[in-house]
Amino acid sequence: MAGARTAEEAAKKVAWINDPRIRGLAYQIVLIAIIVLLGYEFIHNAALNLEKQNIASGFGFLKNTSGFAIVQTLIDYSEESSYGRVFFVGLLNTILVAVIGIVLATVIGFVVGIARLSNNWVISRVATVYVELVRNIPLLLQLFFWYFAVLRSLPNPRQSLEISGSVFLNNRGFFLPKPVFGEGAGLIGIALIVAIVATVAIRFWAHRRQDRTGRIFPVFWTGVGLLVGLPLVAFLVAGMPVTLDYSVLKGFNFVGGLRVIPEFVGLVLALSIYTATFIAEIVRAGILAVSHGQTEASYSLGLRPGPTLRLVVIPQAMRVIIPPLTSQYLNLTKNSSLAVAIAYPDLVSVFAGTVLNQTGQAVEVLLITMLVYLGLSLVTSLFMNWYNARMALVER
Amino acid sequence: MKKAIVSVVVGVTLGVAATAASAGTLDDVKAKGFIQCGVNPGLPGFSNPDDKGNWTGIDVDVCRAVAAAVFGDTTKVKFTPLSAKERFTALQTGEIDMLSRNSTWTMSRDTSLGLNFTGITYYDGQGFMVRKSLGVTSALELSGASVCTQTGTTTELNIADFFRSNNMPYEIVAFEKNDEVVQAYDAGRCDVHSTDASGLHAERLKLTNPGDHVILPEIISKEPLGPVVRQGDDGWFNVVKWTLFAMVNAEELGVTSKNVDEMKASENPEIKRLLGTEGAFGEGIALGNDWAYNIVKMVGNYGEIFDANVGPDTPLGISRGLNALWKNGGLQYAPPVR
Repeated sequence: MAGARTAEEAAKKVAWINDPRIRGLAYQIVLIAIIVLLGYEFIHNAALNLEKQNIASGFGFLKNTSGFAIVQTLIDYSEESSYGRVFFVGLLNTILVAVIGIVLATVIGFVVGIARLSNNWVISRVATVYVELVRNIPLLLQLFFWYFAVLRSLPNPRQSLEISGSVFLNNRGFFLPKPVFGEGAGLIGIALIVAIVATVAIRFWAHRRQDRTGRIFPVFWTGVGLLVGLPLVAFLVAGMPVTLDYSVLKGFNFVGGLRVIPEFVGLVLALSIYTATFIAEIVRAGILAVSHGQTEASYSLGLRPGPTLRLVVIPQAMRVIIPPLTSQYLNLTKNSSLAVAIAYPDLVSVFAGTVLNQTGQAVEVLLITMLVYLGLSLVTSLFMNWYNARMALVER
Repeated sequence: MKKAIVSVVVGVTLGVAATAASAGTLDDVKAKGFIQCGVNPGLPGFSNPDDKGNWTGIDVDVCRAVAAAVFGDTTKVKFTPLSAKERFTALQTGEIDMLSRNSTWTMSRDTSLGLNFTGITYYDGQGFMVRKSLGVTSALELSGASVCTQTGTTTELNIADFFRSNNMPYEIVAFEKNDEVVQAYDAGRCDVHSTDASGLHAERLKLTNPGDHVILPEIISKEPLGPVVRQGDDGWFNVVKWTLFAMVNAEELGVTSKNVDEMKASENPEIKRLLGTEGAFGEGIALGNDWAYNIVKMVGNYGEIFDANVGPDTPLGISRGLNALWKNGGLQYAPPVR
């Protein structure tokens, strides 16, 4: 206490120029000024040089008509749409691959990671071989392998593999019937929302009751029953308003229905199978980081191996797993930019590829593209940090 | 990802390197002792490396001809293989001195990229290749087809125009590299492979059974292919432009790599001016008077490089067609050396 006071008094006595706070502030202002100046100089210089070389610049090109087609679009798009629209088409395609890839990679990764620790010799060896083989082969090669291996082994549209005339598989993709919602279909949606709310409420109630009385309520099966049952009842009550739009072979290709293009399948497979190897190692490390005493203690309390893993080991392992897992999610998202190699129309392919080439505005297009990847990465990080905070050890 | 990094580096270079690519490419080239020429990584007949790393093709020969004109030595050229996406940025940033990579001369490329096309080495047009087994005889029967092509090219836009103007639905699958386009088409991902007709002849050779595929008669676009240089460097622009003209003029005058030494003694004033025995036309482009002699002697005239790389006696077997001299009903025409 006394020391602190003398330091404070000393700080009052020194001249402002020697005040560490003012000095620190001054250094920071100078640093920021330098950065701003460098940034300005960089942009100014680039603009000047572009002008000198007669290269068009500015963001006006985003309003121009694109004039080219894209094989997979999640939003309405035609050749008459603008380059700005192309950007959104590409962005959504990237997000679609990233989200599905992350989910798949996580599932495969957790299964394989746990399998590597299995006492069953065959299972653990198979998992080890998978991890060591796949993570040591460059992703681009795997991408080509999955795309061309899958493509070459599939028949042409006229000789499609089919299931009862409604589901088709050929080298143009995977064709499913598309549900078409008629009048009254809104009731099904309402039923689904009610079911979700009810499931959450029941889970909350069951938790409270278990805390109070120790009795376990089968939340999972009740939830499944609600989520499937309620919409089904609504479907019947509303007079079955949903019809199916089947894919039909017309000319060269199938028309109508829901279609998954082979490029998408190839990319998702390659990304998730590759990233899953790293996730498997992270999961294995996380589980090994939990002291074996925890498992023994759990067994001695009478918990079986399943609940022990689920309730004791995994929650503690998650704290070790989540931070490196975030990096893997970011890697997967960024690796999805390899899509262009196999013609999947992601952001890099259609926007930083075709649009850049049509307009020649490399600086603007790449700036936008980099900002998008930065944004996607930051959003993923934020979410994972929030989840990490939730999973963190709560001291009471 | 690698491509993205390359592009980013290129973008940053644009920002930082002040005017690395300023006036005076000819002086720069003379100083460093070789020409850096951007070419296609693999298009038989135009630009293709063999297993020993020797490049062959029309586009490659144009680079060599410029080297012959500048240095009197066809080996003083280094090749940079570039994808369709990278090519113009590589030229803009000064990574290469000239681009000779089957690039179509279009208005937007000529006016908004800061580049100049120096002439037309090959008059091409976009065509379609399909499997014979489909029984298709005209491009107008392709309604609903899947089309494989390369991204970052004029072909993507031409396909869109063609199918839209004929009210035919279609699907386009665009790959970054040509080899993947060919593989995907071969694997049956697409019914149609579309690119410049010359390219289709070249790529048909890469397929498992070239005989099973047919190139449809329709040509849906004009694709004048030519070398490209940076805008605002007239000296270098003239060198590349006149290299091409010299080759066409040589063919027109009957000067070939074999008879060029005899032709030097010719009394024909046009030949004398071309080969530098009369007048001082090399001075105008800051080169020696034997610039055109070197081109013809070391590389050949236009007809020679056409026949050697893509002509009827090569695997590609393309006839002169539009690329015949104007005197023979084609479009190849060069202003006179005078």
